[in-house]
Amino acid sequence: MSVTDDPVALNQWIACAYVGQVTPGKSYDTAMLGQAIRISCALDGTCTCHEIGDDGGPGRQLPLSQRFEILFTTLGDTPRQLPDIPEFAEADRRVANCASVGLHASPFRIVENFLDMAHFCFVHKDILGSMEKTEVFTYKTEHRKDVDEIWATDCAFFQPAASTSAAEKGGGQVTYYKYRVMSPFSVMLYKTVYGNAERDDAICLFIQPKSETECIAYMPMAILDDQSTMTQIIDFQQTIFLQDRIILENQRPVLLPLTPSAEIPTKADVSSIAFRRWLKGMGMRFGILQEQAA
Amino acid sequence: MALKLYNYTLSGSCYKVRLLLDFLDLDYERIPVDFFPGKEHKTLDFLDINPLGQIPVLEDGPMRLRDAQAILAHLANSYDETGHWLPRAPALFGPVMMWLMFAGNEIMAASAARLHDVLGYELDIEAARANAHAAFRVLDDHLTERALIGKTWIVSDHPTIADIACFPYTALSGDGGIGHEEYPAMRNWMRAFRRLPGFNAVSGIPEFA
Ligand SMILES: [Fe+2]
Repeated sequence: MSVTDDPVALNQWIACAYVGQVTPGKSYDTAMLGQAIRISCALDGTCTCHEIGDDGGPGRQLPLSQRFEILFTTLGDTPRQLPDIPEFAEADRRVANCASVGLHASPFRIVENFLDMAHFCFVHKDILGSMEKTEVFTYKTEHRKDVDEIWATDCAFFQPAASTSAAEKGGGQVTYYKYRVMSPFSVMLYKTVYGNAERDDAICLFIQPKSETECIAYMPMAILDDQSTMTQIIDFQQTIFLQDRIILENQRPVLLPLTPSAEIPTKADVSSIAFRRWLKGMGMRFGILQEQAA
Repeated sequence: MALKLYNYTLSGSCYKVRLLLDFLDLDYERIPVDFFPGKEHKTLDFLDINPLGQIPVLEDGPMRLRDAQAILAHLANSYDETGHWLPRAPALFGPVMMWLMFAGNEIMAASAARLHDVLGYELDIEAARANAHAAFRVLDDHLTERALIGKTWIVSDHPTIADIACFPYTALSGDGGIGHEEYPAMRNWMRAFRRLPGFNAVSGIPEFA
């Protein structure tokens, strides 16, 4: 495994551990973009990050930034800024650090799966979707140039048990979604709070690409739920994600093709088309299926 | 409720117990344990419940049991009037116990591989996968012999707790990078298992084997 030379991928802040993952006084070895790194936390809880050299010793020191219950680092000199997600600072929200899950898949396939509402009724049958109501309502996708993010708005979908609190009360509902691709390796959604149409739960997915085909996914949430225990909330989120994981690990080709004709789009794929166009526009090479020369 | 299960949804060992509780149509209370990332099963409070720091734990009235295999045997012994899940006939009882132990020992290598790949546990992944493949070879060979005499299940003419104990970590092995390609008899057996009345899937069980 060698580090990528793609400047677009290098100049991103990338999740490398969740808060509480590294025991004070210990260190944790992982990788990003093909580069081995070590996160060391002192007894007082302050953490540092280094590249691991070929000799196994510490190399270049890397910056660390803590946001949304996650530690981020970057290999680049001019990284794209971390997103602003104000919901995490709202006093009445519960912030759930749902830890992380490893998976053998391309980071961009993981983003696309997160954006794809059509899979709810098959992959998350009886939870996030129902075989009787599989229709994805038309929605809008836009590239917000001021923040350089991809947004999909006005998404609506019938869900039998959209969240922990909905599942407990046994209530199906039409859930409204907004999706927001915040960087090539991070995406989030806003979704109707069960029983409160005014505000949205904020659910994030930050992806650490260890290599082009091996990732760690972090799923912090800032939600409005005064009923469920944290254990129930985390359990729900992990159950959903492991349903996705088996699908993601079996997708072929593993790397993401950017050629328009490579995969036939459906209505639900509008956001994924926008995502691929955006990746192409920024010149992303890492994790992208290279076209065969004719 | 008389029955209480200390449970983590994604644990294959807890899943064994939930499967039998569902097959027997028993009411029970689930007490969620924050296994990951909370490591609640290693906390002092939980060590009071199980000094081994493992899930599942079942409470049945005043009795408290650990070990998925022991819990399966207890539930079948106490609540299965048909006697099918834990046959007492001498020709069947010993083999059921043997495969039950196999599920609690050799097959657990597949659980280790899954913990490594999904939750990032640090362990020797190559050894775990090799040991799981060795265990699957033994199970697949046995199921092939059974199929040759027209039998579907590991021991009896009916599914037993040996089938339940062996199912979760074989079915979930793909999560740990262990495929089912080389085990056709095991695939047939898993397909039959999924069709049992009362069967509920868990995340990571392939729908089409
Ligand atoms: Fe999903």
